[in-house]
Parts: sequence; structure tokens; C-alpha cells
Amino acid sequence: MTTPEVQKDDRFSEEILGRRQDGALLGKRNAIVTGPVSDWATDFSHLEPEWAADPYPIQDELRQRCPVARTDRFGGGWLPTRYEDVAAVAYDTENFTSRSVIMSNFRPPKEIEPIGTVPPISSDPPFHHDARKLLLPAFTKTNVAKLEPATRAFCHSLIDSFDGADVVDAAHDYAQHIPMRVIADMLGFPLEDGPQFREFVENALEGVNLPTEERIAKMSKLGEYILAQIHDHLANPRDDLTTYLLNAEMYGQKLDPFVVTGAIALLLIAGIDTTWSAIGASLWHLAKTPKDRERLVSEQELLPTAMEEFLRAYGPVTMARLVKHDMNWRGIDMKAEDWVLLSFPAANRDPEQFDRADEVVIDREVNKHAAFGLGIHRCVGSHLARMELRVALEVWLQRIPKFSLADADAVTWAAGQVRGPRTLPLRIG
Amino acid sequence: MKVQIDKDRCQGHGRCYDLAPKVFGDDEEGYGQVLGDGSVPPDLAHDAQLAVSNCPESAIDVLEEA
Repeated sequence: MTTPEVQKDDRFSEEILGRRQDGALLGKRNAIVTGPVSDWATDFSHLEPEWAADPYPIQDELRQRCPVARTDRFGGGWLPTRYEDVAAVAYDTENFTSRSVIMSNFRPPKEIEPIGTVPPISSDPPFHHDARKLLLPAFTKTNVAKLEPATRAFCHSLIDSFDGADVVDAAHDYAQHIPMRVIADMLGFPLEDGPQFREFVENALEGVNLPTEERIAKMSKLGEYILAQIHDHLANPRDDLTTYLLNAEMYGQKLDPFVVTGAIALLLIAGIDTTWSAIGASLWHLAKTPKDRERLVSEQELLPTAMEEFLRAYGPVTMARLVKHDMNWRGIDMKAEDWVLLSFPAANRDPEQFDRADEVVIDREVNKHAAFGLGIHRCVGSHLARMELRVALEVWLQRIPKFSLADADAVTWAAGQVRGPRTLPLRIG
Repeated sequence: MKVQIDKDRCQGHGRCYDLAPKVFGDDEEGYGQVLGDGSVPPDLAHDAQLAVSNCPESAIDVLEEA
């Protein structure tokens, strides 16, 4: 008898990955412009504190005035605010590419199309379909339901750890930990690495206006972490998403190493602060709205409906696209490589699409919101996010039915394309 | 009432099988599918209608009204 030879997987040598990484840095940089916005219709920036604190009045005003705002910041871009326009861009993969979905001061080179840096969110058809197909089975409602008991137990353990405190930071001490734990478990990464994930997320999504070289240096920490995890999984294969991606095949071959590392980076980044934001924003709303909180405590069966309303009204995620070629789009002269900031939160508050769009109506029965996107890039983790959000709120409301904002002025919100509370002091005692 | 899912429009949001789990289910990639031939008994018509009006992609066609 012979021992089966372990096949060496040389896709992940530092040399190969380093060369590819250098190629991806050959994109175009523009001058970084920060500071107060002069006019939101012509100089918008989603990274300024005014937007982070409360973007909705700004979006509402733009929807009436423009309705597509523009900016010369970030090398030029557009911001549609009507549901109809946001949907049209999301569905139009002929005129808009997903090559980069974070509006920043750096445009990666066209050569990385159609895969992009973090497939499949950064991919265009037809490659997108095949890359997404690899991930879909792990994220079905049926499969994520298997993670529910462990998620519930973890939420209870977080509340146990409050240990009689009168005031807790629900963003820092509760919301953020839930998705970190779940995604680490799915990827087969050490559960205690959560705090590092937070740093990766902040670098990717909130450090957008840092000098590009500094941003790249910070992002490379994530790359190094993922590579170490990949090597560990190659040496010790196990039943998790990382091993699955290492073994997965596309077009009869194992995946390109950049597809593997990119997809893992995507799952790690996109799976965390999005759900963290949704949980935090929901608790923030309930803390400041006693009638909604009391109703959900007494009518638990309403939670799935209320949750959709929180997703509509406080949808955390804004995406971005790049314009593929010069064109006149709905009366606007767009130039190739202009950004389009794809604000699902703005779409979700369009009065043309929703009755009482600016109100939070927790028993809203008809709620065709776009919090998880529209079209081919519908959030692949939406079923996971909904499970985590529901369980996080159920456990919180059972254990802590009475809570309020301890200090409304101390609440802080993340700036950038994923918006949610990052500091949320709640009085629970 | 009779419903069907337009496979070209469905993106797997899953609102249909959340809201009307006796009328719709998910396939192994999470896309919605009608259970049976899409005929909806009267006691499930309300759930089915909710699914129709909540589908973000408007991917559920009503072939016969309730």
C-alpha cells in the first residue's frame, strides 16, 4: 500500500501573487480632495462627517433638486438619488462596470476586467455568473439556517458578558462581534482573530481618502493574513469555505489564485461591517423609539417585517460602478471612468417608490426595498445577514426588553459606503 | 390564483419563500421556485400576494388572479 501523494499546490507562492499585485497597482490616481462640501449637487462627498452623521436630508434634497448629483472629487463621479435611476444603473452592466465598487481616489487598471479585485462583486458578465455560482450554495437560506443555533448561543454569551453593566456600547460590545464570529467560522479562520478583521474592514472601507500608498500598505496586511490562512488550509484541509475555494474548479481547472484570495477578502470585508451596521442601526432606532421597541417586545412575530423596514430605512450599503465609455445617460454627459455612487439607501427613501418613505413603519407589509442591491450583484450573503440580524435582535429583545440611548450625542457613524453606528452607548440597567 | 417565477429576473433574494413558504421554495443556489405547479389554494393567496408585491426584482408573474 502506498500513501496517496499530497499534490503540491503552487498557486499561492509569494512570487506569483506579488507579481499580480504589482500589476493591479498600475491604475490611475487622482488628487485627493477633502474638506467641507460647497454644494451637495456639484461637489458631493460621502466621506465628509455631515454625510456620515445624517445623509438622508442631503439625499432627499438632491432627489428634488437634481436628481443626479455630481462631484469633481475622486476624479469625477455621479450620485443618482431616485430609486428608478439607481435600479437602472444596477441593471445596466453594458454601460457600467463593477471593476471597482469602492469610490476612491484610485481606479484599478481596465485589464483586471472582467474579474476585478474581489470577485464576484467586482466582476462583470459573463465571468461574474460563474464565479458567483461557486459561492451561492454555501449561502442559501437552507444552509445558513444550520448556523443559527451557534449564532444564537453566541449572542447570548455576548449579553452574559455585559455582567450587570448599566450602560453598554451596543455597536462595539454586541453588533460587531456577531458577523465577525459567523464569517470566521464559515471561512475556518481562528475565532479569536476578530479584532484583526475590524482593522481590515476599516482600512478597506473607511480609509478611502488616505494617500494611496498608505492605503495600499494597509490593505496589504489583509492580503498577508489571507495568504497565511490559505497556507494553513493547504497543509490542514478541513470542512470550511476556504478549503472549498481551494479545491473548487472553474472551466475544468482549479481557480486562479487571485479569484481565491479576492473572494476570501470579499467575504471577510463584506460579511462584517454590513451586518454589524444593520444590527447597530436597528438597535439605535429601537433605543430612541420606545413605542416600536415595546411593540416588538410584545409582538415578536412582527420582527421579520420590522427588520425589513430597518433594512429599508437604514440600509447600510452603498455600491459604486465605473462608467465604461463616454455616453449620454438619461440626459447626463458621463465620461468613461467617471464613478457612479450607487446609493441603495437613497433609493430606499424615494417617495415615488415608497409611501411615507421618510418614516419608519415597522409593520410595513409591502416593502420592495433594495438594501441588498438589485440585479446580478444581489448580495450573496443576504440570507446570512438576515439570519444574523433576526437572531441578534430576537436575543437582545428577549434579554434586554428595556433600553434607551445613554447619550444621543455620543453615537458615531461610520463614514463611507457602509454606514452604521460604530459607537452606540445604550442604557440597559 | 396561479403564479410562476421568471428565471431571468429572479436573483435569489428569497423574499418569496420567506413570506409564502408553502407556495415557494429555494433551489440549491437560493433561487426561488414554485412548489408544485404554482396553483395557490385560497388560504395561501394572501401570502402569495405578499410575495408578489415584495419581490425586489418583480420576478413573480401572476398567471391567474385569486
